Amino acid sequence: MSIFINKDTKVITQGITGKTGQFHTEKCQEYANGKNCFVAGVNPKKAGESIFNIPIYGSVKEAAGATGATVSVIYVPPAGAAAAIWEAVEADLDLAICITEGIPVRDMLEVRNRMKAKEAKGGKKTLLLGPNCPGLITPDEIKIGIMPGHIHRKGRIGVVSRSGTLTYEAVAQLTEIGLGQSSAVGIGGDPINGLKHIDVMKAFNDDPETDAVIMIGEIGGPDEAEAAQWCKANMKKPIVGFIAGVTAPAGKRMGHAGALISGGADTADAKLAIMEECGFKVTRNPSEMGKLLKSVL
Amino acid sequence: MKIHEYQAKEILRKFGVVTPRGIPCFSVDEAVAAADQLGGNIWVVKAQIHAGGRGKGGGVKLARSKDEVRTIAGQILGMQLITHQTGPEGQKVRRLMIEEGADIKKEYYVAALTDRATQKVAMMASSEGGMDIEEVAHNTPEKILKVFVDPATGLTTEQARELAAGIGVPEASIPQAIDCLQKLYTCYMETDASLAEINPLILEGNGNIKALDAKFDFDSNALFRHPEIVELRDIEEEDPAEIEASKFDLAYISLDGNIGCLVNGAGLAMATMDTIKLFGGEPANFLDVGGGATTEKVTEAFKIMLKNPEVKGILVNIFGGIMKCDTIANGVVTAAREVKLAVPLVVRMKGTNEDLGKKILAESGLPIIAADTMAEAAQKIVAAVA
Repeated sequence: MSIFINKDTKVITQGITGKTGQFHTEKCQEYANGKNCFVAGVNPKKAGESIFNIPIYGSVKEAAGATGATVSVIYVPPAGAAAAIWEAVEADLDLAICITEGIPVRDMLEVRNRMKAKEAKGGKKTLLLGPNCPGLITPDEIKIGIMPGHIHRKGRIGVVSRSGTLTYEAVAQLTEIGLGQSSAVGIGGDPINGLKHIDVMKAFNDDPETDAVIMIGEIGGPDEAEAAQWCKANMKKPIVGFIAGVTAPAGKRMGHAGALISGGADTADAKLAIMEECGFKVTRNPSEMGKLLKSVL
Repeated sequence: MKIHEYQAKEILRKFGVVTPRGIPCFSVDEAVAAADQLGGNIWVVKAQIHAGGRGKGGGVKLARSKDEVRTIAGQILGMQLITHQTGPEGQKVRRLMIEEGADIKKEYYVAALTDRATQKVAMMASSEGGMDIEEVAHNTPEKILKVFVDPATGLTTEQARELAAGIGVPEASIPQAIDCLQKLYTCYMETDASLAEINPLILEGNGNIKALDAKFDFDSNALFRHPEIVELRDIEEEDPAEIEASKFDLAYISLDGNIGCLVNGAGLAMATMDTIKLFGGEPANFLDVGGGATTEKVTEAFKIMLKNPEVKGILVNIFGGIMKCDTIANGVVTAAREVKLAVPLVVRMKGTNEDLGKKILAESGLPIIAADTMAEAAQKIVAAVA
C-alpha cells in the first residue's frame, strides 16, 4: 500500500500545455504506470485537442466527469495558480497537488479559507498538497510531480519534507543502503499551504506498509512542533527527524517564503528539541538520515 | 520588500489612516524648508533607514527652533546609524523626514500579519506601544492581543472593538481606533503586505488617534501586481550582493563566515550550511541556484560569492534531479576558469548523471576536491580553509 496515491490513481494535469507542464508530464508518463495514470489535461483554449496522447478538456470538472480522475497536478503560473486550485476543489477532486512556486501569499490565504468554508458547509473536502512543492511519489507505481524517479526504490519507509532537494537527499540515502520507500511526500516551502507534516504523519501511521518515517523540517512556523506533539501521543512507528537551518539568522528569508524565523519557538534548535522530547531520533547531520533510520528498525 | 517610514505613512494616508504631517528630505536645506512649510514651533527630525530601533540609536530627535532643525539634520544626515537591527557597522542615513510634533498622551502598538497556524490574518494590538514588540512578546505575552481575520469577512467592527477596548483606548476614542484598525487591515490586504505595523499608534491630548511610526514589508511573490510599490524600493538600503544575485534569479543571503556555498534548493542549501557548521566551519552565504541552473547562472553565482573578500573556500553541493549533474559540472568548470578561481573548491554531486558530472570535473585539470556525501564535503572544505 501507500499513502494518497497508487498505481490506479487517475490524474488530471492543470497547465499541461505550458513549458513546465509538458516537460514534467512526459517524465511522469514514463515512470512506472504513468501512461495509464495521466488521463486528462486542462486548458480552456485547447479543449478537444490532445498532447502526449492525453486528451485536453476545457475545465477540471469536465475532465473529471469524462475520465473519472480524482487527483490533479497543477503547473499553472503563479498569477493563476490559486484559481486553478479552486477549480480542482469546486470539481470535488480528492487531492490537488500544486507544484507552482511564487504564488502570492494573499491568494493562498483566500483560497485556503474558501476551501475551509466549503468543508464547513458540508461540501466535499479536497486535500491540497503544496504549493511550491515537488509533489509525491509511490515508487514503482506512480510519480506525480517533479522529483527524479530513478533515485526511488519500492519499500517500507515513508519520507516527508518541506524541501524538494532535501527530500531527494533522504530518499537517495535510503535507496543506497537498501531501504525502499512506501511514499515520499514534499509538502512545500510556502507559509500558507495544504497538507502539513502532521497530516502526512497520520497517513503514514495508518499505512500498514510503512514501517518507519523520516520527517524533515525547516526553520519557521509551528508545523513540525505540532506534528511532533501528535506523534508523541499517537505514532506507532519509529521516526527520524532533521531540521534545516540551525545556521540561519533570524529575520532573513532563506529562499523558501516559509523559511523565516519569526519568534523564538520556530528556530531549528527549538524544533529539534521538541522532536527529541517527543521520541524522534533526531540528527544534526543530514548525511546520516538514512543510516539513523536503519538503526531504529 | 521593505520601505521607509515616510513611504509607509503615505500608503497609510491613502487608505485613510491619520498620521502627523511630514516631509521627506535629502539635504539639510530641504529639512529647514520642510520645517518652514509645516509651520508650528516643534518638529521631529527622523532618520529614514529600513532598520528599526532608530530612536535609541540617536536617529530621531526633537527640534524646538529652525536653527535646531538645521543642526540636528546636519548631525543625522550622513551618520552611520547603529541599531539592534543594523548590525555593528550600522546603516548610513541618506534620507530624513521632518514631521510636525505630536501631543502624545498614550502609545499603543497595532499590526497586521499573516498567521501560518490559523491561515488567517492576525491583527495584533498592545497597550505597550513604542517599545520593541519582540521584547513585549517575550516578557509579557499577555499584553499582546490578537484576533484572527477571515479574508472573506474582513476585520469586523466587533473584532476591532475587542482590540481597541482591550488595550485601554478611552471610550470616546474607540470609534477612531476601530476605524484605524479596519483601514490598516484593508491596506494590508490590498497592498499584499506581509507585515503592516504601526508602533506607536498614539492617543493625543484631544482624543485623536494617529499613526506616529509605521513599518511595512511586502510579499515579493505579489510585487508583479504592485508597480506602485516596486517604485518605492530603495536599493541603497539593501545588500549589493543580494541585489546582484536577484538579477540572475539566485536566492542569496550574506552571512559572516568564510566558506561560500552554492547549492540547489533552499532546504538543501540550509542543510549544507548546517553541515559546515557541524564540522567547525562557518558559511559565508546562503545561495540557492534553483531548479533551472545554467552555466551562466553558476558563473554569476561564483562571481557573487567571490566578491566577498572573506571567502576562503567554496563548497558546491548539487542534488541532480531534473537538473543533470553534467550540466552543473560544465557550469562549475566554466565558472572556475572564467573567475580564475584561487580558493579551494569542493564539489559534491549526487543524482541524475552523477558519474558523467564527476568525470567532467576530474578531467577539467582544475584542482577540484571531490566528495561523496555532504558530511565529507563539509569536512574537506573546513580542512582546506583552516
